[in-house]
Amino acid sequence: MGNANTEGRQETAAPAIELRGISKAFGPVQANKDISIRVMPGTIHGIIGENGAGKSTLMSILFGYYKADAGEIFISGQKTQIPDSQAAIAAGIGMVFQHFKLVQNFTVLENVILGAEDGALLNTSLRNARATLRQLAQEYELEVDPDAVIEDLSVGHQQRVEILKALYRQAEILILDEPTGVLTPSEADQLFRILRRLRGEGKTIILITHKLREIMDITDTVSVMRRGEMTATVKTSETNPQELAELMVGRKVLLRVDKAPAEPKDVVLEIENLRVIDDAGVERVKGINLNLRAGEVLGIAGVAGNGQSELLEVLGGYQTASGKITVNGQEIDLTGKKSDGQSRRARGIAHVPEDRQSEGLIMDYTAWENVVFGYHGDPQFQSGLFMNNAAIKEDAAGKMERFDVRPPNPRLMAKNFSGGNQQKIVVAREIERDPDILLVGQPTRGVDIGAIEFIHKQIIALRDRGKAILLVSVELDEVLSLSDRIAVMFDGQIMGERLPQNTDERELGLLMAGVTGEAS
Amino acid sequence: MQKMPVWADVILIPLVSLLLAALLSAAVIVGIGEDPQAALNLMISGALGSTYGWGYTLYYATNFIFTGLAVSVAFHAKLFNIGGEGQAMLGGLGVALVALYIPWPHWSFALIGCTIGAALLGAAWAYIPAILQAKRGSHIVITTIMFNFIAFALLNYLLVNVMRPAGSMDPATASFPEATHLPTLHMLLEPFGIKFSKAAPANVSLVVALLAAVFVWLLIWRTRLGYEIRAFGHSESAARYAGINPVRITVIAMMVSGALAGMMSLNTTMGEGERLILNSTEGAGFIGIAVALMGRSHPVGVVVASILFGFLYQGGAELALWTSIPRDLIVVIQALVILFTGALDNMVRMPLERLILMFGRKEG
Repeated sequence: MGNANTEGRQETAAPAIELRGISKAFGPVQANKDISIRVMPGTIHGIIGENGAGKSTLMSILFGYYKADAGEIFISGQKTQIPDSQAAIAAGIGMVFQHFKLVQNFTVLENVILGAEDGALLNTSLRNARATLRQLAQEYELEVDPDAVIEDLSVGHQQRVEILKALYRQAEILILDEPTGVLTPSEADQLFRILRRLRGEGKTIILITHKLREIMDITDTVSVMRRGEMTATVKTSETNPQELAELMVGRKVLLRVDKAPAEPKDVVLEIENLRVIDDAGVERVKGINLNLRAGEVLGIAGVAGNGQSELLEVLGGYQTASGKITVNGQEIDLTGKKSDGQSRRARGIAHVPEDRQSEGLIMDYTAWENVVFGYHGDPQFQSGLFMNNAAIKEDAAGKMERFDVRPPNPRLMAKNFSGGNQQKIVVAREIERDPDILLVGQPTRGVDIGAIEFIHKQIIALRDRGKAILLVSVELDEVLSLSDRIAVMFDGQIMGERLPQNTDERELGLLMAGVTGEAS
Repeated sequence: MQKMPVWADVILIPLVSLLLAALLSAAVIVGIGEDPQAALNLMISGALGSTYGWGYTLYYATNFIFTGLAVSVAFHAKLFNIGGEGQAMLGGLGVALVALYIPWPHWSFALIGCTIGAALLGAAWAYIPAILQAKRGSHIVITTIMFNFIAFALLNYLLVNVMRPAGSMDPATASFPEATHLPTLHMLLEPFGIKFSKAAPANVSLVVALLAAVFVWLLIWRTRLGYEIRAFGHSESAARYAGINPVRITVIAMMVSGALAGMMSLNTTMGEGERLILNSTEGAGFIGIAVALMGRSHPVGVVVASILFGFLYQGGAELALWTSIPRDLIVVIQALVILFTGALDNMVRMPLERLILMFGRKEG
């Protein structure tokens, strides 16, 4: 670890980080193939790529979590070995993970010094850290109350603590992995302001993301990864989103959803004063009213964890609630005594759940077993005492072909498909039922651009057949481009409804943060 | 990740595990100054060298098939049923009640009646831990273990105070009537001109065990219930999403499991003992766990593993009889096999997997 160079940057224009020929394989999967990259000091360098392109693996190698099979790492021009994260920290690298590594019931100060205490006695460490924090806060506009307990802080502030932790350890290079995934748009703006400030002070920042807009907004240089390879590194000012998307996917893509104006008909779903109290006794949904018409897409925007998941679960039949929900004029049971996922399906409600890996699919089931999942009790799939596996397989093969699931092999385990194809299996299963109401949660989370385009088209096609769609997504872009009507959820309540043509990301962002400005 | 070919998974890994266990056992036998080669020869000839040996091997195997299937069914719902022992004891009680208190005209009717009695009481004994788990969240591992002790105490009470014939000093029921005695393999095979040892206890319940294996295979892989059991076992959250009732699946899977464990007593109590004694299960409920692990919770695997463990039991008994290898050491050998085939699966699996994938890549 003594080989780390933390003493200031060299005055020559040596790159802050240079990777040469990094390769890493997991079994037969080549996660990184001969990757070389130069990140200049005092810049923000974006790394963009689809899920599974190898971004996280590359950064894990840089932070000492994985050992590369081949290749060299240079920090400020010096060849450096990074066998573990201690060495990475000593080399001046700080990492802010997508899922924060904070002790929830510790204060900010305690979290910052955790693992970097000066000695056995905490008091001196805490006193020193308090002074350092105050200084860092002034320098970089990173105001956080040092005595606040983490669990009381907003997600945006928790992220600041992560950044402070890195700076406290004298990081010169900061790696942020999908930092805006959990933030509201305004929190993201604040984060970007901090990042610019850090750049101004000479820090080097690597930003990993799959959002093209962020790359265009904030980075100086951008590297594109596809299937484990670095396909291009370009100056951000010399590129555009369309070009980056094509580099990511390897073909031309349609970034906008093509759709005709909606033709809404009768109300098919009416939600009145819906309240949900979870197992821990916390009220997650606080009396919401919504209605959904046939032939329209109602988008629910909001930061994750504001009651959208519970809303979907209630409609899907596996969460109890109070209030009143009417489907096609008939009230449905919310107590869970006379209803479950099966009875909802019987009423013509299909559901693409938010988390395909833990809910939508059985990862250890074959594709054909998954394509019948939830509908496995249908008479057409039974023969006497047994299930009619031949009929199920045939049905599955057809659906997989129509939804372009690759590879089109129904005998493959669900876990062996890519994220996008897993999602296509779920979407195929639910849309092919031709339901009256389709619930869709995060339809394109962790899905590659090509599959996103396909799934969006299918959703709009279902709408155009006169069906009702309730879309929940944390991706504001997705809600804006798919919905015919948008409701924003915050803290278990509907903050307001907007029409996509009459609103913008800024206004929705404020509503998502619970700020109701002008009356709607 | 790429996967290993199926043959490596189901044949190669158990074989290598077995080999390792055998090597270590040999080392232990050398350590106490005996000849491992001679010991192995004795085990093989004792267990497989005569129809008498086979009769005992298959008798033990029958027990293990029942209890192994029981553990497997629960495994598929991700429930760890350690209560096979207690459920088998209650099954024995069911057999005794049906055989003693109902007059049967012929063994075949008695077999059906006793099967129902054994399955019912075994299932009932599994029902209580199941409902406690499903409704109250009491961990099934803990409750099923405790129910083994309760079953033993209950049986002890019944045999000593209630069912013991007057004048007998033995905590056991009266002998079952003649008409309920099951035919042994000797009797079954005689009409076909096959001479099978008269003294060996293997009996017609082996056939019931094999039928049960077929039943389990159909249930798990061909029925809607089996589909739901496996789905629930793989992912409880996905099962909830699909509208599969977790309480129902937990209870049904455990009751099927308990019924299978209970049916073990057809072999021991009805077939061999012809009366209910206190310790008729002889730990077979626990061996069922090892059998299910080794057999990958698949009926075919369970049958094969059961025969292997039957061989170990019978061969071990022969060793204890004819050599100065103490009985305890035989338990050690059996434990080594359980350890390597069941618990240390990954120790063999991981290096083998790497090796096979490496070769696969070179060829591809």
